[in-house]
Amino acid sequence: MRYIFDLHQTMVDEHLILVYEGEFTQEITKSVLAMAERNMDSTGEESTIKRKVFNVMVECLQNIVKHADHEDRDNAAIFLIGRNDDNYHIISGNPIKTDEKEKLSASLEQINSLDKDGLKQLYKNIIKNTEISDKGGAGLGFVDMARKSGRKLVYEFVDTNNGTSFFCLKCSIPRA
Amino acid sequence: MEILNLEGTEDTPKIILDKGNGIFEISGRSLPEDSAEFYQPVLDWIDSYAADPNASTDFVFKLEYFNTASSKLILDVLSALEDIDGMTIHWYFHEDDEDMEEAGEEFSELVELPFEFKTY
Repeated sequence: MRYIFDLHQTMVDEHLILVYEGEFTQEITKSVLAMAERNMDSTGEESTIKRKVFNVMVECLQNIVKHADHEDRDNAAIFLIGRNDDNYHIISGNPIKTDEKEKLSASLEQINSLDKDGLKQLYKNIIKNTEISDKGGAGLGFVDMARKSGRKLVYEFVDTNNGTSFFCLKCSIPRA
Repeated sequence: MEILNLEGTEDTPKIILDKGNGIFEISGRSLPEDSAEFYQPVLDWIDSYAADPNASTDFVFKLEYFNTASSKLILDVLSALEDIDGMTIHWYFHEDDEDMEEAGEEFSELVELPFEFKTY
């Protein structure tokens, strides 16, 4: 039973207010959003911050829903929300095919290299030229997360031993 | 012409497109699972309306939130409205919602339509 205490301690140490692990669907997305909204309402969070957190959460959760392989039970993902005095942290982790790693990191590096105006330009270029993919995405999720948070996206790939990589992403929203 | 009337839900916006009463409004939250499928009836309705529109049309967007997949479809809706004479877009945003104001400005830069910005 030790792991229960360890998990609890990790959540306390990392200031995590919500952790969800498992399958991701639109229904789960709505439930997680509702829980996080209630939490922010009960702590009297400012509406501008609440909106940004909501926004980043939606993109993050829907990214996982769209890219998860629902046939594969080993494909479960994790979603976390952290909050300390200065920031909200929206964090996700999901398995990806190792060959997707390069494309993902190139896209994230490009986003992280841009300033506010650069991101606006990139957003406009993509929205003008994109088609909705068969997975339902517009290819704008990461750009939007970077714009709404005003921060760089922090990411890491953890190689697993079954030929996949675990993609960890953190987007922070300042509370000030 | 038939009225398109969709009740809003926690992840889809309320939509009223009513030629007879001159009400054209999309409001609320838009984060459907499949945005292309959700907005298809709206695009179809506008397509029919464009064949015989009112002399002037005030199209209201009063969105609290929309996801990026919806933003692409909102641009498609605006592009469909571009070809209709007498079209004015009324873009509402909450007075402290700079992101929604900026989103409206960006759309106005992407299409050739008059935009009026209003707070609520």
